[in-house]
Amino acid sequence: MEELANLFHGFAVALQPYNIMLMIIGITLGVVIGVLPGLGGANGVAILLPLTFSMPPTSAIIMLSCIYWGALFGGAITSILFNIPGEPWSVATTFDGYPMAQQGRPGEALTAAFTSSFVGALFAVIMITLVAPLVAGFALRFGPAEKFAVYFLAFCSFVGLSKEPPFKTIAAMMMGFALAAVGLDSITGQLRLTFGSTELLNGFDFLIAVIGLFGIGEILLTMEEGLAFRGGNASINLRVVLQTWRELPAYWMTSLRSCLIGCWMGITPAGATPASFMSYGIAKRLARRGNNFGKGEIEGVIAPETAAHAAGTAALLPMLSLGVPGSPTAAVLLGGLLIWGLQPGPMLFVEQKEFVWGLIASMYLGNLAGLIVVLTCVPLFAAILRVPFGIIAPLILVLCAIGAYSVHNSTFDVMLMLVFGVLGYLLKKCNYPLAPLVLAIVLGDKAEEAFRQSLLGSQGSLGVFFSNGLVSTIMALGLVALFWSAIQEGYSRLRMSMA
Amino acid sequence: MKSFVLNVALAAMAMSCAGGTAGLAAWEPVRPVEFIVPAGTGGGADQMARTIQGIVTKHNLMKQPLVVVNKAGGAGGEGFLDVKTSSGNPHKIIITLSNLFTTPLATGIPFNWKDLSPVAMLALDEFVLWVNAEKPFNTVKDYVDAAKKAPSGSFKMGGTGSKQEDQIITVGIEKAIDAKFTYIPYKGGGEVAVQLVGNHVDSTVNNPIEAVAQWRGGKLRPLCVFDAQPMAYDEPIAEGKAWKDIPTCKSQGLAMEYLMLRGIFMSPKATKDQIEYYVELFKKVRATPEWQDFMKSGAFNTTFLAGADYAKWIEAEEKRHEGLMKEAGFLTPGN
Repeated sequence: MEELANLFHGFAVALQPYNIMLMIIGITLGVVIGVLPGLGGANGVAILLPLTFSMPPTSAIIMLSCIYWGALFGGAITSILFNIPGEPWSVATTFDGYPMAQQGRPGEALTAAFTSSFVGALFAVIMITLVAPLVAGFALRFGPAEKFAVYFLAFCSFVGLSKEPPFKTIAAMMMGFALAAVGLDSITGQLRLTFGSTELLNGFDFLIAVIGLFGIGEILLTMEEGLAFRGGNASINLRVVLQTWRELPAYWMTSLRSCLIGCWMGITPAGATPASFMSYGIAKRLARRGNNFGKGEIEGVIAPETAAHAAGTAALLPMLSLGVPGSPTAAVLLGGLLIWGLQPGPMLFVEQKEFVWGLIASMYLGNLAGLIVVLTCVPLFAAILRVPFGIIAPLILVLCAIGAYSVHNSTFDVMLMLVFGVLGYLLKKCNYPLAPLVLAIVLGDKAEEAFRQSLLGSQGSLGVFFSNGLVSTIMALGLVALFWSAIQEGYSRLRMSMA
Repeated sequence: MKSFVLNVALAAMAMSCAGGTAGLAAWEPVRPVEFIVPAGTGGGADQMARTIQGIVTKHNLMKQPLVVVNKAGGAGGEGFLDVKTSSGNPHKIIITLSNLFTTPLATGIPFNWKDLSPVAMLALDEFVLWVNAEKPFNTVKDYVDAAKKAPSGSFKMGGTGSKQEDQIITVGIEKAIDAKFTYIPYKGGGEVAVQLVGNHVDSTVNNPIEAVAQWRGGKLRPLCVFDAQPMAYDEPIAEGKAWKDIPTCKSQGLAMEYLMLRGIFMSPKATKDQIEYYVELFKKVRATPEWQDFMKSGAFNTTFLAGADYAKWIEAEEKRHEGLMKEAGFLTPGN
């Protein structure tokens, strides 16, 4: 009951006109940041952080977290319209969102994405409100072995997911692992596969790979197919929002499942990227129309978006209660907290009640404000696709180049992006799936790090991955997911022979 | 239009002459200054850089904006090489941590601090030996006894990065007490502290600011500080204890001292005026109440050095790191 009173007090803080104004400014800035690939939420928050030092901490965090949510919403826009995910967790949104846009249903896809984001975030905030003290400690049980198990599960739920043969998926994934290995080896502190080049010190940045593989690769394909950019007949009508909303409740099961996956991934804190991939993979297995995934199925947009936002929001809980940021953006917010003289950790909920509950209240309001802002703009965004390809393609190319350049302010990255573009085109022509490659680039080095940390701790024994109930369960789930198609086939054969 | 250009040119000439006669402190940035952080967002160096940026903005200490840029690639090598190749560009400064010495030694990238122009030492970061509060180690002696009794390599030390300060200290402890630890590198200090709370490692050498929240929450216990004298801050933090009450490791029989540089450098070939400008700037920053609060929250050692003293200090420290890293076998084969 005391929590509820605190929350209402928080609403009173967040609803001051000054704070509402900051909220709307934050959301708008965030959407702009999210739409520009390469800038990203973390950079946006980092750039704007010093502006907030003269504000009271509660107002400052309200504005910054609204930028964060705006960026999360904005990331879906380019994924759906141009097949260019601005953030790692929007990659899974492209799988069905982009085909939908190409079929002339961009409004529907955008509405579904925004609404699911809102639902996911709302679910996570309610969870934070009700059970924060209970689940806050859960992250403590996650050592390196548990973390690796989660990544393992994410990879496994992906093998055999695409229509291509599983070996092609694995080949693409291995290529991703190889690319992820370039740069500094964080366990030994040695440089790997850089061949003396200082440009490669940083390894291959996910964003550059993705902008090239998806964005540039897609433009090359479209050019080959005769410059036809489908989606020209997209309706630009606000009614599409209401129509889509009428459809959405039918997918409540997918939403609920994705919310749970997202919250779990956010708290542990494995982050939004594995959450979105895992949720997409599981939805594909369990949905009635799962076989149509990848061809423009609305459920294929709902699942990853819901999970990503539930995870993104839930990730703030370990940040506040333990001081462990679940995402790069959360890490910047964490730096902000320290500068404002707030010490994240077990005592924050006790000593800084007004701040914590003001923040939680702003999550409710900020998400609502964000939903309203982006939904009213859906027709506007969708209308972009009516512009002829001959005009839009050069614009996308420029946008991609700016995005790639702004990651590290280096022209080398722009060249790299073009190389990845050609690679993406070739892989698509040979029917190799791109998603596993991207997944491996994003999570490959984290998985490797967790794996080697576990083995260091266990002095080389693989038994560490089955050393307690938690880690064994996750590993077992991963193995089941890996061999799911084989299990399924065996089962149906068994039934046939019985009959 | 032409006359305007002419006027500006004349004015500039006049100003440069005036500057020439007025001598020092005549130089000022004429465009935004890039403040490079050779580490990721959210870490100790990043927090300090962003605090400085906030103070400079709030108190209007510079006419041009100060922009923080993270260049974390290759354990900070990316940032150092960026400044090294910006020779003669006075609008680029960099904040350094111990990776100024450790990164080139461990990775063999072509960089040495002498490539840069030293500006000033802002502070030194302390290291404290932490254990989980549930463990029965109340003193350094309890801890050392337990570490010695454990089978070789089964005692786990968590730390930030590989072949960097945390691991150097770990090797130092091993030598001092003749025991063998397993060192497990993580990406960030906050994560290391939480791994200790979750009992996934047995001890850490976190900086005060990284672990203070867990100390106050009763989850972690500080055993000793790796400095020559106890820290200066006597405000109680937890259980009525202050930073000042943590004994030095040396006084407890664990002979290891280590402090981490938080200093500023600028691009090669900086002129005296330019360096002087930044030294004055940071003196102003240090005088603000926000900076003093920041020092207190992180229990920093507030030694300030500039000019020849600073260069001498760095030189000695570089030798020390070379020795420590050589002993630990952390040098890259090329070095």
